[in-house]
Amino acid sequence: MSTEQPIATLHGICAEYTSDTSLLAAARSARVAGYTVMDAYSPVPVHGLHETLGGKRTKLPLVTLLGALGGLTGGLGLQIWVSVIAYPINVGGRPLLSWAAFFPVTFACTILGGSLATLLGMLIMNNFPEPYHPIFNTPNFEAASKDRYFLCIEAADPRFEVGAVQTFLAGTNAVAVSEVDV
Amino acid sequence: MAVDPQFREQALGQVGDMLAPGQTFASIDQDITGLVLNKKAPKAWWLAIFVSGILLGFLMLAISGLMFYGLGIWGINTPVGWGIAIVNMVWWIGIGHAGTLISAILFLFGQNWRVSINRFAEAMTIFAVSAAGLFPVLHLGRPWMVYWFFPYPNTLNMWPQFRSPLMWDVFAISAYVLTSAMFWYLGMIPDLASMRDRAKPKIQKVLYGIHALGWRGSALHWHRYEVAYTLFAGLATPLVISVHSIVALDFATSLIPGWHTTIFPPYFVAGAVFSGFAMVLTLLIPVRRVYGLQHFITLRHIDNMSKIMLATGLMVFYGYLNEVFFGWYSAHEYEMYMIWNRMTGPYAWSFWLLIFCNGVVPQLLWSKRVRTNTIAIFCIAIVINIGMWLERFVIVVTSLHRDFLPSSWGMYTPTFWDWALFLGSIGFFAFALLLFIRWVPMISIFEVKEVVHKMEHKHEA
Repeated sequence: MSTEQPIATLHGICAEYTSDTSLLAAARSARVAGYTVMDAYSPVPVHGLHETLGGKRTKLPLVTLLGALGGLTGGLGLQIWVSVIAYPINVGGRPLLSWAAFFPVTFACTILGGSLATLLGMLIMNNFPEPYHPIFNTPNFEAASKDRYFLCIEAADPRFEVGAVQTFLAGTNAVAVSEVDV
Repeated sequence: MAVDPQFREQALGQVGDMLAPGQTFASIDQDITGLVLNKKAPKAWWLAIFVSGILLGFLMLAISGLMFYGLGIWGINTPVGWGIAIVNMVWWIGIGHAGTLISAILFLFGQNWRVSINRFAEAMTIFAVSAAGLFPVLHLGRPWMVYWFFPYPNTLNMWPQFRSPLMWDVFAISAYVLTSAMFWYLGMIPDLASMRDRAKPKIQKVLYGIHALGWRGSALHWHRYEVAYTLFAGLATPLVISVHSIVALDFATSLIPGWHTTIFPPYFVAGAVFSGFAMVLTLLIPVRRVYGLQHFITLRHIDNMSKIMLATGLMVFYGYLNEVFFGWYSAHEYEMYMIWNRMTGPYAWSFWLLIFCNGVVPQLLWSKRVRTNTIAIFCIAIVINIGMWLERFVIVVTSLHRDFLPSSWGMYTPTFWDWALFLGSIGFFAFALLLFIRWVPMISIFEVKEVVHKMEHKHEA
C-alpha cells in the first residue's frame, strides 16, 4: 500500500457494568448523547436493550415464513409431480391428484422448511460462525457470559473521540472502562 | 456445590420454589458448567456407561445377526407381520414427545419452571427418536435399501408412493428429528459460549469455541436469538402433535379390527406425552440425586411433571374405555371379537397388565404426598414405561394375531433376537444420554439465570 493513511487499530471503547439496569441507563444516555454505532453484551437477554440501542425489529419471521412456504410448495409440488406426471399409478380408476393423501408429507416439509430457514437465517444474519471478534480483546470479557454487562461505543461512530467517549462512559456507573484494539 | 443446606432440607419435605433461593448468576454458572468442567464423572456415571456399553453390544449383535441371517430370526410370521420391532418404534417415538412438549409448548404457555429440565428432555427426545428410527429401517428386510424411501431421480425410474402412511412416517419422523436437533442446538449456543469462557484447557476452549460459533451475547444477536427461539417453539408445537398422529395413521388407515379406528391419533398423542414424562422422571430422579441438582430440579418440578402424567394418563385410560365401548357399540362381529379376545384370549395377560400399569397405578398420583416422594414417583414412572410398552404390544399383536379368518389365526412369540435389539436400543439411548451429560451443560444456564433475574426483580418491586 502506498497511501499513508493511519491504520485503524482501535475497535472502540468498552465499559463494564454489574447490572442490567446500569447497562440500560448507560445505553439510553449514550443515545441521548448522540452516539449511534455501539453494541451491548450481556449474559442473558435484556429486554428493551436492542430498541434502546436504536435497533430495528428483525426480519427473521419473514425468513421463516418464506422457508415454510418453500417447504410447502416444494413438498406438495413434488408429490403432485411424482403422482400425476412422473409415475402415475392407476388403482381402480381412483384420481391421480389425491390431494388429501398428500397432506401429511406437505405438512412435514412445511415445518422442516420453516425451521431450517429460521436456524440458518439467524446464523447468517448474525454472521455466524465468527470465531474472531475484536470485542473479545476487552479485559474480563469472559464475564459477559457469566454475570457482567458491557457497552461498547465503536470507533466507527461519526462522533467518536477517544477522550470524550472515555469521559462519557466513566460517568455512567461503569466499574471499568477500557480501550479495545482490533 | 453451593446448595443452601436449609433448602435441601426443605426440598426433601415439601414443594418449594422452582429454584432454590440465594443463587446468583456466578453460582449458577459455576454449578452447571462445573458438572462438565471441574468434576470427575461420578462412580454412578461410570457404572451406567459400563452397563449401557454392554447393552450397546447387544445392539451390534442383534444387527449383525439380522444382516447375516435375515428377518427370519425374528418371531414375526403370518399373520403377525409386525412384532415387537414396531412396538419398540412406537414406544420410543412416544418417549420423545415429552422433550418437545417441555421445550416448545410449555415455552409458549410461559411456564418458567421448564428451564431446569428442557435441555435434558430435548436431548432425550433426540436420542429416543433416533432409537425409534432403527426399528422400521431394520424391519425392511434389506435395510441397506433404505434410501429407496427418499424421492430422488434414479435409473429404475421409480418414485415412492406418497399415499402410503409408511411414507408419511418417513417424512414426519425425519422432519421431527431434524427440527428437534436444530431447536436443541439453537438453545445451546449461549451456553456453549459460557463453556468456552469457563474452560481452562486449550483443547476444551477450542472445541466449545467452535460449537459456540463466536457467540458474544451482543444485544442485536440476543434479539434475533429470542425471535428465532419463539419461532422454533411455534413450529415444533404442531409438529410434535402431528408426528404421533401420523404414526397412529400407520394403524388407523388399515382395515384390521383394533387398528381401524378414528380415536387413534389423539389417543396416541396423549399416550406419547404420558410415556415421555414417565421417561423424563425415570431419568431425572437418579441424575438429580447423583449430581446433587436439588436446587435446580426441585420438588416443584417433580410435582408438576407428575400432574401432567396424571392428566395424560387419564386421557389414555379414557381411550382404552372408548375402544372397549366402541367395540361393543359397533355391533360388528369382528370388532366385538377383537375386544373379547383382548380381554380373555391368549394375550389377556398383556391387556390386564396394561390396565393395571396405565389405569390403576397412576391414580396414586392424585395424592400430593406421592407426587413429592421421589422414590414413589420413580417407581410409578417405571411402571408407566412398562405399561406404555404393553399398550403398543396389545395394539400390534392382539389385533393381528386373530383377524377375520379363523383359519389364518396364529400366535406370536418374540425370539432372542427381538429382545436383543430392544435391549440394544435401550443401550444406545442410555449411552448417548450419558455422553450428553458428560460433555454439555445438561441444564440451560442462561434460561435459569433469566428466571432468577425475574424472581429478583419481582422481589424489588
